[in-house]
Amino acid sequence: MYNASDLKKNLRIKLDNEPYVITEFNFVKPGKGQALYRCKLKNMINGNQFERTFRSVDTFESADLQEKKMQYLYPEGGKYCFMDNVSYEQVFLTEEQIGDAKNFLIDNIEVSVLLFEDRPLGISLPNFVDLVVTEAEPWAKGDSVTGNTKPVTLQTGYRILVPTFIDQGEKIRVDTRTGEYLTRVKA
Amino acid sequence: MLRAFRQFFYERDYLEIETPVRIPAPAPEEHIEAPPSGDWYLQTSPELCMKRLVAAGYSRIFQISKCFREGERGDLHLPEFTLLEWYRQGADYRDLMTECEDLILHLTGVLEKNDTLLFRGRRISLKKPWPRISVEEAFSRHAACSLPEALEQDRFDEIMACEIEPRLGVDRPVFLFDYPVALGALARAKEGDAALAERFELYIGGLELANAFSELTDEAEQRRRFEKARQFRSASGRRDYPLPEGFLNALSSMPDAAGIALGVDRLAMLLTDAATIDAVVAFTPEML
Repeated sequence: MYNASDLKKNLRIKLDNEPYVITEFNFVKPGKGQALYRCKLKNMINGNQFERTFRSVDTFESADLQEKKMQYLYPEGGKYCFMDNVSYEQVFLTEEQIGDAKNFLIDNIEVSVLLFEDRPLGISLPNFVDLVVTEAEPWAKGDSVTGNTKPVTLQTGYRILVPTFIDQGEKIRVDTRTGEYLTRVKA
Repeated sequence: MLRAFRQFFYERDYLEIETPVRIPAPAPEEHIEAPPSGDWYLQTSPELCMKRLVAAGYSRIFQISKCFREGERGDLHLPEFTLLEWYRQGADYRDLMTECEDLILHLTGVLEKNDTLLFRGRRISLKKPWPRISVEEAFSRHAACSLPEALEQDRFDEIMACEIEPRLGVDRPVFLFDYPVALGALARAKEGDAALAERFELYIGGLELANAFSELTDEAEQRRRFEKARQFRSASGRRDYPLPEGFLNALSSMPDAAGIALGVDRLAMLLTDAATIDAVVAFTPEML
């Protein structure tokens, strides 16, 4: 349980049974008047943002989040399906919740799904994912200068810059935090 | 700044005084929390002791003191801050508006800022006289609802802090005056309109800088207001303070006077175009 005086940026609170994160916070108080706690809140499920001013008598529950290891199964109607490998329970996340992670989602990959009372909020990927190059221009001899790169397309549709020696059908390792090429993975 | 304050008040025959920072009974105000210090409290302002000195016959006094307010921390708030407070016998709140203008112009003169300040990207002209607008007028000009509606819905502070204050004093300083009487617990009711208190606040660049009253000198009325505030405090689970009997007893011999408290840290923010109050103190609580 939090009091209004505990509010601060990045704190996660529960309001009307929804999880919110405080994205902006300021304490204001007319000299003789009440203390007021102005917050900008972001709904962690749908991303909606709004401003709310709280008073010192207001109290809050914290929004407790859990992380669960789940396996990515398939996309369906703009949503992404994940399964808990222990309980076989399935959850769906929207494209917005998945964000840039969709560039690295391959079948059966294990990810951490962030949940609020069994409702999914987002996922975090392993730091490194191996992906197959599905389209690449052939390596022209004149391009062999060190540091030269070329764009290729990966199995997820993600376009990435790789060294010129990478060919179609090869597997590469990508850092999911930066979205950049790391190394070629030998089959 | 402190040297300029002293010079200003010495020239006007004010006596610089000191009163205890640690006191047994702070004024019971609804929304101001005094930090406990042993069985006593740290002062939230030197008001009560200074008025006792006015009652004892000191007709012009000023003090620069540290004040403490529990739980106040933000871009414009420090739980320990510096107040410049002064009292003048025979004056009313209008006289203090003029004296406020003179004081700040003296200060900007000493600091060679002349009569224009640059604050948060805007030029503020300090040319006298500074505009004066009533609280009621400020609501009708800057807020979505009227003053009576705001009071009715218990939203006065919220609207004041979020809608009105940021718009006050952005081009010129503004005196906001004539507060509802319930919002001036130590102020005298306005002559001819008992619903209003003779209270003003000075705003420059959206900053609340000073709060002033024509002082209430009616002991019985002051006692009633303190009791009401104590009831509010206990009903809302706030700390109960003993009644400041020494102050109440002195009120009956207090002459008509006006008094004002000015936030020195905030004035320093204004003069240095500081984004937050942290920029004008050597140490914030978080740095200790």
